[in-house]
Amino acid sequence: MSVLVIAEHDNHEIKGATLNTVTAAIALGAGDIEVLVAGQNCQTVAEQATAINGISKVRMVDNGLYGNGLAEPFAALVVGLAKDYTHILLSHTTSGKNVAPRVAALLDVVQVSDIMEVQSSNTFVRPIYAGNALATVQADDPKLVITVRSTAFEKAEISDEQVTIETLGAGDNPEISSFVGQELTRSERPELTSARIVVSGGRGMQSGDNFHLVEAVADKIGAGVGASRAAVDAGYVPNDYQVGQTGKIVAPELYVAVGISGAIQHLAGMKDSKVIVAINKDEEAPIFQVADYGLVGDLFEELPALTSELEKQGIKPR
Amino acid sequence: MKVVVAVKRVIDYNVKVRVKNDESGIETVNVKMSMNPFDEIAVEEAIRLHEAGIATEVIAVSLGEAKCAETIRTALAMGADRGIHVKTDEELQPLAVAKLLKAICEKEKPDMVIVGKQAIDDDCSQTGQMLAALMGWAQGTFASKVEINDGKAQITREIDGGLETVELSMPIVVTTDLRLNEPRYASLPNIMKAKKKQIDEYSPEDLNIDATPRLKTLRVDEPPPRKGGGKVADVAELVDKLKNEAGVI
Ligand SMILES: Cc1cc2nc3c(=O)[nH]c(=O)nc-3n(C[C@H](O)[C@H](O)[C@H](O)COP(=O)(O)OP(=O)(O)OC[C@H]3O[C@@H](n4cnc5c(N)ncnc54)[C@H](O)[C@@H]3O)c2cc1C
Ligand SMILES: Nc1ncnc2c1ncn2[C@@H]1O[C@H](COP(=O)(O)O)[C@@H](O)[C@H]1O
Repeated sequence: MSVLVIAEHDNHEIKGATLNTVTAAIALGAGDIEVLVAGQNCQTVAEQATAINGISKVRMVDNGLYGNGLAEPFAALVVGLAKDYTHILLSHTTSGKNVAPRVAALLDVVQVSDIMEVQSSNTFVRPIYAGNALATVQADDPKLVITVRSTAFEKAEISDEQVTIETLGAGDNPEISSFVGQELTRSERPELTSARIVVSGGRGMQSGDNFHLVEAVADKIGAGVGASRAAVDAGYVPNDYQVGQTGKIVAPELYVAVGISGAIQHLAGMKDSKVIVAINKDEEAPIFQVADYGLVGDLFEELPALTSELEKQGIKPR
Repeated sequence: MKVVVAVKRVIDYNVKVRVKNDESGIETVNVKMSMNPFDEIAVEEAIRLHEAGIATEVIAVSLGEAKCAETIRTALAMGADRGIHVKTDEELQPLAVAKLLKAICEKEKPDMVIVGKQAIDDDCSQTGQMLAALMGWAQGTFASKVEINDGKAQITREIDGGLETVELSMPIVVTTDLRLNEPRYASLPNIMKAKKKQIDEYSPEDLNIDATPRLKTLRVDEPPPRKGGGKVADVAELVDKLKNEAGVI
């Protein structure tokens, strides 16, 4: 038997999170690992996938039904392929979370969400209560659907050798959903979940315009830009900037929280970062309890000063 | 159009949870419980559909111990018309909840079920999608906007890269994201009125569902604590430390 990893992609490029998910799949020690690339005109994605270290095959379905990742046809396709696998893995991203439970329910098997550690092929560690507790869970179902927390696993390496691509036909079309459109946030900065450094602003920023102060720092060190829920709710920045329990989980080498108090829901999304910096004018703010380097001060003075200090000390994005 | 909303009773989001000493789970004795915040958003959305004349009846469903009735009362006080309580002291996991909700859907024949995108206790984010699968319905997950027109729903969804809109044939399951709406507080007169609203009770056996948990929790641990609390005097010291001590810039 083998393990199926569902690749996440935009029909051009495979998403980095897929590589972390492959590493989790390897840790299962449950047999060959095959990667499913389903999309529309997704041949280049399938070719990229063939070079992932540790996999034995890429299965590709190139069909208009899968062009936009609609859960209904996508889950039907995966269910049709499921008999060959003991484990089906997806990334715990909005697209993985959308599809995985649908697959699990149709197969009448349990789903284990957001795993952070693989202890054996059926025992996993996963966060509950916004990461304030870690549960070790065991599943005895003959087949498991699993979503993987990317930041908890290294990326699988890319090798020089390539595995083969098997082309498959489309699955059933439930014909109950259709794609209307997308409004993607465009940014030249690194994507939040894979950025080496993240600088986030909170309610303390006071307005969307003031975010240019955060961006100026981010650009000096090659960082992605994030935000607290309060900053997103207030409309300072788009929704997909939100870091936290119900936003994005990040674990960069450096996380800088500016004007963020440090509510548990925010901490849930960033407390696994290697180094945490907090800039806040309230020295009692809970964020300082998790910060390696806390700077008590007014962000409207500290951020411009930080930008010029980075300049002065000749710091460049790596 | 009938709307069913699922409301889960969870530890209040402001409570700092504690792991039990025997590492078997989370301390729940004398801990404040509330409606899962995403489910408040679900109730609010259903009531707004009612007020807009699109929904004709809103039914609030909760599954679990006796006290879930309080959570249903909260939904009734917000404006739901009646409640259903699937009563059990057994642990319920998402697949079991989805099967029980399916049984309710077969009785009530709603056109729409609204659930939270995630319960803030188990953080699973599964139940709505599972219910949609079991019913063979379309799903509008992580919704930040819901529009209903001629038997179709246009759902705007919060996705990792921004927003996406899908069109779904009814009936559907919707799961709520934070920015779908801002839930109302129940007014005192409505809290009084809610006391008279009907709550039907079932057991999992009444609904012919085997709700046995499929996932065993072996242990629950505190996450490793983070050693924070360090301070720097100014930005010069900060940059110096980040560069020479932490080596991250
Ligand atoms: C179900 C649920 C899910 C949630 N999910 C998330 C989530 O995913 N992510 C998330 O972030 N939150 C989430 N929250 C919200 C969370 O509880 C907090 O409300 C939120 O994180 C607060 O954001 P904040 O720190 O920016 O704002 P505040 O708590 O208002 O803090 C602002 C901070 O800025 C500081 N400040 C103000 N002015 C200045 C200045 N001039 N200079 C320096 N510092 C200044 C203040 O001292 C304060 O500490 C969720 C809540 C719920 C109920
Ligand atoms: N025991 C329950 N009673 C009522 N609703 C529930 C229950 N469990 C899950 N739900 C619903 O399903 C949503 C998602 O839960 P979960 O899949 O556990 O993250 C919740 O926000 C609720 O709307």
